[in-house]
Amino acid sequence: MSGGVDSSVAAARLLDAGHEVVGVTMKLWGGESDTGCCSVSDVDDARRVAQQLGIAHHVWSFTDDFERHVVEPYVEAHRTGRTPNPCIECNRHLKFDRLLRRVEAVGYDAVATGHHARVVERPDATRRLARGADTAKDQSYVLYVLGQEELARTLLPVGDITKDEVRAEAVRRGLRTADKPDSQDVCFVTASRGRADFLGRRMALHPGRIVDGTDEVGRVDAVELVTIGQRRGLGMAGAGSPRYVVDVDVPSATVRVGGAADLLATRVDLTDVVWAAGPVAGPVAAQCSAHGTPRAANVAPAAGSGATAAVIFAEPGRRVAVGQSVVLYQRDEVVGGGIAAR
Amino acid sequence: MAVPPAAVPCRPGGIRPPGCDTGPVAVPLTYLDHAATTALRPEAREAMLEWLGGRFGNPSGAHPVARAARRAVDEARDVVGGVLGCRPNEVVFTSGGTEADNLAVRGVHAARPGPVLCSAIEHEAVLAPVAQVGGSTVPVEPTGRIDLAALTDALAAAAGTTLVSVMAANNEIGVVQPIPDVVEAVRHAAPDATVHTDAVQAAPWLDVAALAAGVDLVAVSAHKFGGPQGVGALVVRRGTPLHAQALGGGQERELRSGTHNVAGIAGMAAALTAAARDRAATAARVSRLRDRLADGLLAAVPGAIETGVSGVAGGDRRHRLPGTVHLCLPDVESEALLFLLEADGVCASAASACASGAQQASHVLAALGVPPERATGALRLTLGWTSTDADVDAALTAVPAAVARLQGVPA
Repeated sequence: MSGGVDSSVAAARLLDAGHEVVGVTMKLWGGESDTGCCSVSDVDDARRVAQQLGIAHHVWSFTDDFERHVVEPYVEAHRTGRTPNPCIECNRHLKFDRLLRRVEAVGYDAVATGHHARVVERPDATRRLARGADTAKDQSYVLYVLGQEELARTLLPVGDITKDEVRAEAVRRGLRTADKPDSQDVCFVTASRGRADFLGRRMALHPGRIVDGTDEVGRVDAVELVTIGQRRGLGMAGAGSPRYVVDVDVPSATVRVGGAADLLATRVDLTDVVWAAGPVAGPVAAQCSAHGTPRAANVAPAAGSGATAAVIFAEPGRRVAVGQSVVLYQRDEVVGGGIAAR
Repeated sequence: MAVPPAAVPCRPGGIRPPGCDTGPVAVPLTYLDHAATTALRPEAREAMLEWLGGRFGNPSGAHPVARAARRAVDEARDVVGGVLGCRPNEVVFTSGGTEADNLAVRGVHAARPGPVLCSAIEHEAVLAPVAQVGGSTVPVEPTGRIDLAALTDALAAAAGTTLVSVMAANNEIGVVQPIPDVVEAVRHAAPDATVHTDAVQAAPWLDVAALAAGVDLVAVSAHKFGGPQGVGALVVRRGTPLHAQALGGGQERELRSGTHNVAGIAGMAAALTAAARDRAATAARVSRLRDRLADGLLAAVPGAIETGVSGVAGGDRRHRLPGTVHLCLPDVESEALLFLLEADGVCASAASACASGAQQASHVLAALGVPPERATGALRLTLGWTSTDADVDAALTAVPAAVARLQGVPA
């Protein structure tokens, strides 16, 4: 229970379904935060909802694991010019590993969250993660890391209703979190100070050159903060045709820009691939960001474990930044996903 | 008189919150968290009720209603001074131990700015203000007892030290500090320094008047010895340089402004009287319970260590509060352990909890040199004046079972 409306309603729905429910708030981040799930006021909200529902509420601290599995890799990714997705790593290592293991250890069967996604069962008794009923709020992208073991022990009670319905249900139930705004952005980076400040405290940021073809056309304060596809913040608003970042090379502190056409690619290679139930080859819809539009593609897993795979898009599209996750769907079900390689 | 249960709704099949009034029968609670707060003594309740019904009054006023309240505060002050071994006018009533510690540290530093020292295992109520005024910490030995040689060195290094703060007994592991030795070391090396002791945990068990006889400032908190929450006191010996931190109406000899908590102060005095009266007998009885609990758990859980005692040179339970058992249990995580204990009705704690309720890594265990992987399995069981053999029996059943269950789950 993050203290938000989705997990509040999720808990209430679990009780209605007859489950024995205990509320847990994960304290993940010990530092400064203004958006995240770890502030005392969010824990207060979660606890008050639990009190209202008549369930016990626990705060479990996983700050060390969060630092090791989410924050440090986030910093390391920037240091090496990759674009990380910390929410996915948090789901992979914290919510559906660390938390799930503890929940099992203390004798409970499943973890339920307020994510907008669904777990569906196939006739062959395997499970798939499917898009939430609210396509605009669908969070299946950040949950693609769930395998069969995790899916069997995951409940997503609000996945089959829309966000508006969640809020309406919260109002009807009189839950204090009914009108709480959605959380967004990286929970450990404060809106007021921003990413540059956060990273600047943990790593060296280096000024870099912006080159267009063979010409140096500008400079950036921190090459580690530049992302493929980026258009703003390059000091190039006056340039004739729009220029985009098409490559970032941290070791040489070089940002290469080009036109929209230079950004196009038809292929992305994935590492750390997770398959929902074994490797899949053939047509898929590939989604390359949390709320991106899925693109028609063909996936070809590498022989063997399928830990790497090549995704060939039907049409050229904006190149996927190294480090971003690409999630593969068939119909509305996740069949796998992985991290874009260089 | 039994306290009516709170109206907490319970869910069939759900974990039962304490005091739930519907649903399944509540598991009988085994309360082993007396160091967090202990049960209100009937004498304290009696003394408070007088001020929670018919009588009221602002002690600072000038009419019969006010004078009656003033008299209650004055009488309480006599009682508290008597038990703590100071003059009545050396007692400053506060809102609790934290305020008393803050007043001591910040008040002395405001009056006499200079280097400040405290032990590395102080409660946050001392550590935080000491850090704020730029002070530093003195290490402790693996037993938790302060390293007197290091204190002497620190005093020599920080010329002109104005304040040294060493707690009488620690809240997590219950180690009792040699306060007279600390006082002697300070008087020798820094004759002008003020000595403060946080006696919040010591007050229920030890004779504060004796142990803090040479100390300038002594903090206590009522709810640790059977009084109400939200009231405490700072003993301020005459001549101690101290500036008020709460300014206003000038109550408490202008050292702590604010209208008196008359009911709380009356309750604290009554609880302190009762605790002092029963101290020797309770300490003897509870230390026998503690020994049975600690020895039983050490025997039942292979690899368990009694923090600062097992396998530590000079580690000795005699230097511990009678009610505290602190163990580091192998291959378990405190939060999971507490969860399972709760299901068996056992209320315990791991270390200090932060404002959100999460358990935090213990600076106390770190200061003792307990490796982090051992500190992960910290369990604090604290007995109090109401503890019984049945409580010990319940813990001796529940703790080994919970540990075994957690150890049996493959990582």
